Amino acid sequence: MPAPAFFTWCESSWIGGGIRDSTWLFPAIESLHLLALAVLGGSVLVVNLSLLGLGPGSRSTPQLWHDTRPWLVGSVAVMIGTGSLQFLSEAVKLYYHEAFWVKMGALLAALLFTATLQRRTALGDPDHPSTLRRRAVALASLLLWLLVGTEGRWIGFS
Amino acid sequence: MASLTAFCHWLEGTQASIALHESIWVYPIVESLHVLTLFVFLGMTVMLDLRLLGAIMRSAPVSRLIQHFMPWMIGGFVVMMVTGVLLFYAVPVKTWFNIFFRLKLAALVAAGLNAGVFHIMASHTLPQWDRDARPPIRARLAGGLSLALWAIIVVCGRLSAYDWFDKDLASLAR
Repeated sequence: MPAPAFFTWCESSWIGGGIRDSTWLFPAIESLHLLALAVLGGSVLVVNLSLLGLGPGSRSTPQLWHDTRPWLVGSVAVMIGTGSLQFLSEAVKLYYHEAFWVKMGALLAALLFTATLQRRTALGDPDHPSTLRRRAVALASLLLWLLVGTEGRWIGFS
Repeated sequence: MASLTAFCHWLEGTQASIALHESIWVYPIVESLHVLTLFVFLGMTVMLDLRLLGAIMRSAPVSRLIQHFMPWMIGGFVVMMVTGVLLFYAVPVKTWFNIFFRLKLAALVAAGLNAGVFHIMASHTLPQWDRDARPPIRARLAGGLSLALWAIIVVCGRLSAYDWFDKDLASLAR
């Protein structure tokens, strides 16, 4: 079955072609993607550890949520930007790659989960925490991001 | 240099190295672990470095953050080192002749020295600036250097998968 026109169009775009034709562009984009992964990891872990009750005692979860928010948003923006460039350069190959679709599904879920349930839980009254809910939200968030990461790594093995 | 090259050749001939190199699952799993530990180790390191720069959690005492982040940084670092050594062990000669791998090693040593110097300095002076929103210049320098060196390590690690200059380095070694 041929890939939908959108995927062939992406791959034949001048950006996609330019990345494929360059020796160092793709590795450079991959490197940026990984650097942003570290910043994302820090932001996600700080909030989730706090939700799990393992945060630095001197700082509440709502405080940590506000502290890390710009870094979370910034790193996600860089990852989506660099990820989109990688997508443009090999869209047709990715269309046939199961790991790519699982990663995109998990990414969408992780972003929605963070912006809704996790946000509400992290900003909830820290004096009346429902421990079970906080822990469940943290674990779900960590699992979703882990899935995004492992599937992302798996795209490279093909 | 010649004896190190000989050592890499010897490593490459050992049974376990060949098994690891030829394995279908173990090598990719070790490599994935190595990369994804970035999320934990470097994530926490970046957060601490940003605090030292006065860019995040400005009202949190630095000592509390160090206490809180350290187990995750140490745990993540151990996983990265073990998986990293295994990745080298699986492909010793080619890796040894890779310029990015050598740059990465040099930056890793520098990052270790930087962290060591910071901890010695902090063990004496931290109580004086623990709550400063903007730590003193020496602490900011340590945080900035750490960020820069780890960025070099990540980029060189990624680039070491490409063999653009391998032949030049191998021929220089002869």
